[in-house]
Amino acid sequence: MQQIVIVGASLAGLTAAQTFRRQGFDGTITLVGDEAHYPYDRPPLSKGFLAGRDDEAKIRLRAAIDPDEFGIDWRLGQRAVALYHDGEQGSGRVTLSEGEEIPFDGLVIATGARPRTLNETHPEGNALAGVHLLRSLDDARALRSTLDSRPGRLVVIGAGFIGAEVAATARELGIEVCLVEAAAAPLGRVLDADAGMAIVDLHRSHGVDVRLDTTVADVVGDSGVLDHVVLSDGQSLEASAVVVGIGVVPNTEWIEGSGLTIDDGVVADSTCLAAPGVVVAGDVARWPNRRFGQQSMRIEQWDNALEMGTYAAKRLLAWAEGAEVEDFQPVPWFWSDQYDRKIQLAGVANGRPEVVQGAGDESRFVQIYVGDDDQVSGVLSWNRPRQAVMGRSLIGNGASSGEAREALG
Amino acid sequence: MKVNVDFDLCESNAVCMGVAPEVFEVRDDDFLYVLDENPPAELHAKVREAAERCPKQAISLDEG
Repeated sequence: MQQIVIVGASLAGLTAAQTFRRQGFDGTITLVGDEAHYPYDRPPLSKGFLAGRDDEAKIRLRAAIDPDEFGIDWRLGQRAVALYHDGEQGSGRVTLSEGEEIPFDGLVIATGARPRTLNETHPEGNALAGVHLLRSLDDARALRSTLDSRPGRLVVIGAGFIGAEVAATARELGIEVCLVEAAAAPLGRVLDADAGMAIVDLHRSHGVDVRLDTTVADVVGDSGVLDHVVLSDGQSLEASAVVVGIGVVPNTEWIEGSGLTIDDGVVADSTCLAAPGVVVAGDVARWPNRRFGQQSMRIEQWDNALEMGTYAAKRLLAWAEGAEVEDFQPVPWFWSDQYDRKIQLAGVANGRPEVVQGAGDESRFVQIYVGDDDQVSGVLSWNRPRQAVMGRSLIGNGASSGEAREALG
Repeated sequence: MKVNVDFDLCESNAVCMGVAPEVFEVRDDDFLYVLDENPPAELHAKVREAAERCPKQAISLDEG
């Protein structure tokens, strides 16, 4: 293996590049990114950067501060548009938006995901001035500029982590916020309903107008500028800014027709190998995490991008050498900062929730999720970071509910 | 190796403690304590990993 191409120049892709060098790979590494910027850290975009506390220099990823440090052949501001893979040898080529074809004998797919837009229901709303998505630095600059003008009311569509963090940041800036959520409790894919409602209560106590069981029926402009939104209950709300936070779509279109399997992400085996010579990492990757049974996972989390980027690089090197590797079976972990709360989840929230320290309506509590086999699959903590990290290792060790109660209570 | 933590950046996510508990400890007051600012050689790899996995890039190392 002499020519590695990494498609996707954010945390997962950059970490893979760094790992190849640290493992002694001395061939070519080409890193393709569709944004013009060197890799930066995304979590501050909905928090410190949006609030104006962090500037762009501060959020550059450390491994990209000196772009020459790891001998990377950068292709920034260019999108991969097609993939040819020979199937057997593990070699092929990636075609870029400006026409360049880059051959590889090892490929890392780390193209991430992009936010869902209003396209399906009211496409005209996307084009209105004042309507924002939030994923990239450019998105964040635009939203920051809107928030700096102190809009009269911000309507956030979707109470997932991005929506909730934007709502919290906007409230801290003194902006009136309406948070609209389609489900009866937010974050149903990630947390139990009571924990979701604790987040709703947190926002209400900070003056956010939270509407549950409600969707946005229309986003209406006047001469190209946002004017108001119409909710599913018929109410019309004046809005000078809208943030659409209704989830993401993995960036897999460029892979179609290559022979790789796509199913809400690029599908890989339990070692992140999607085909001979091809590994996946980050938000775009779907793989069976054996620690949590047979079902495959696709994880949209910072720490997973880092851990999987590291693993995927080592995996590809092992493939080239014909060496065996252990499965990739991390205990996922994420955090979300909202107001004065640090919300962390280690593992997955499968099974019965049980509060083991504090109470669910307090500012600090710890909750475990227990499966039918009495094993702990997840630990949720509010302002209890120590317990989250302890929980992560308990889950990794296959702890029972009794052991977790003892250790965390 | 000398371990430095920028406490203006540190958010007490406690990732470092998960990786290198011999060197980093987040206590119940939510603050990070560096237990050994000059960790022995056998811990250097773990400390480097802890520094890289910090979501705030708040840990820096003098490897002199």
